[in-house]
Amino acid sequence: MGSTNKLRGPNCWTAQVGSFSLQLIWHFIHFIISTCFFVLGLAGAIDSYLISSGLLKKYNDLNLGKLRYLAIVVDSDEARQTSKVIKLLQWLSDIGVKHVCLYDEEGVLKKSKDAILEKLSHIRLFEETDEILPLDQKNLNLELASPSDGKEAVAKAANLLFTKHLELRNTTEDHWENIFTEAQMTEALRALGCSGPEPDLLLVYGPARCHLGFPPWRLRYTEIVHMGSLKSMKYGLLMKAIYKFTLVRQNYGK
Amino acid sequence: MQHGSSSSSKFMGTICGFLRKCLFKALSAGPIPSHIAFIMDGNRRYAKRRNLAEGDGHRAGFSSLMTILGCCYDLGIQHTTVYAFSIDNFKRRPDEVQCLMDLMVEKIEELLKTGSVLDQYGIRISFIGNLKLLNENVQIAAEKAMKATASNNKAVLLICVAYTSRDEIVHAIERSCEQKLDEANAFAGNEEIKVMTGQLDELEVPTSPSNCGVKRVKEVEMKNGNFKHVEQGSHQEKSDDIEKKHKYPFIKLVDIEKNMYMAVAPDPDIVIRSSGETRLSNFLLWQTAYCPLYTPEALWPDMGLWHLVWAVLSFQRSYSYLQKKKKRL
Repeated sequence: MGSTNKLRGPNCWTAQVGSFSLQLIWHFIHFIISTCFFVLGLAGAIDSYLISSGLLKKYNDLNLGKLRYLAIVVDSDEARQTSKVIKLLQWLSDIGVKHVCLYDEEGVLKKSKDAILEKLSHIRLFEETDEILPLDQKNLNLELASPSDGKEAVAKAANLLFTKHLELRNTTEDHWENIFTEAQMTEALRALGCSGPEPDLLLVYGPARCHLGFPPWRLRYTEIVHMGSLKSMKYGLLMKAIYKFTLVRQNYGK
Repeated sequence: MQHGSSSSSKFMGTICGFLRKCLFKALSAGPIPSHIAFIMDGNRRYAKRRNLAEGDGHRAGFSSLMTILGCCYDLGIQHTTVYAFSIDNFKRRPDEVQCLMDLMVEKIEELLKTGSVLDQYGIRISFIGNLKLLNENVQIAAEKAMKATASNNKAVLLICVAYTSRDEIVHAIERSCEQKLDEANAFAGNEEIKVMTGQLDELEVPTSPSNCGVKRVKEVEMKNGNFKHVEQGSHQEKSDDIEKKHKYPFIKLVDIEKNMYMAVAPDPDIVIRSSGETRLSNFLLWQTAYCPLYTPEALWPDMGLWHLVWAVLSFQRSYSYLQKKKKRL
């Protein structure tokens, strides 16, 4: 008994030391990575300065023809800084973007709608029934979205399709396959007022590159770009993201 | 001489294996994802760059997949999902589609032989998607693979074939409707199936930007089978009352989620798309709300251990933030 206890002691001790060393190595690896990201952040700041001062010629003339609809996901905690959101919209308007959808996962932006519209006179809210109309130079079309336009809307649309089936079930023709289609879903979402256009580009302002529940029905071929936190947003990096988007070529599966 | 070089390469192999184990042990000191999804993009570009036949690009992609899966399971990642073939890919040239289908059948047969990676890691395979769109021989091979590995329980490989997120959502809704009908029939005993008049009373809809607060759609009319919404007042009625009126249970969000193809696995923790493209292309749109997208520039056949390691390290960096978000749900 005594000898097994003696053996257990050093084994346990070795395991603990081993585990502690691994933790130390893990923290060290992440420290190195964080340092690298910090340096990249500084490089990004310099890049942004060069872009916004107009020194890098290729960013000066952005071809916005491909960017018909821009979506922005903002982390809800950061979305509470309404002044930053307003500044971002102002920048987008200056760049010449015409149609923007702002989303956050707690509906904070929808609550700040009045504050946003008050500060920006040339913005008008997107009416769901509008097609994307050409606007005059100054106006920016803004849509505010939240999870109720996403998964919850899909559930409601499901009930509309269910209702439609029940409505038609007493007719002789077999309509089941004609009801449960993607086209019918899109129509049902439109009837509910939750069907904006599919964004071409989605910019994520937050700690991680996730869409945080942006309406999944609209994200099929959307380019998703991480912009970092809203607090440290930069005009030059915004231009760079849009410029990079204009270079992308999609096959759409072909 | 030959004997010498083979033993030195064996020695190098052992050293590399040992170092890899140490690296994985160090990574495991932090949170390890339980589910990674891969979009295997870039096989055709790889073949073009190396002047290979297109089919050889896909074969190289398959080898790369096996390597990556080995790394994932060694690291302790239990679920892996791969986007093998999208419904959008049916738009490709018929000979290319056929080539991919043949390759899939070939590789499934290969994997089912004893001693393959499936046995080694105890992997259960599941084919996810609208399998009815596939040729019969592919469907048969898929069924065979799922049956043969059904008792494996150490790890899970989900292969998305003939899959798109939108199709998955529509299918889940269809299944939910069938279930609600079955529920109602079982309850009502088939006698009182009343036809709905085509009007939904007071369905709450989200805010339209032009109004403050929530807009109530008084009626959703069905005219010639088309939806049309008519705005009226702002009187509110609870969903339970609506349910009672219609005599059919409403489809809820949990019903849809339960019927998704991907309900067999937890939501992914990372999505990795090779070849630097930054979109999801109709893949797991529903399941990736809190799932970071990582897009290395490497083409899929060039992907390897280090890309996976970097993805896991990125996941660990945003882990506590995403856990906080998920807890708020």
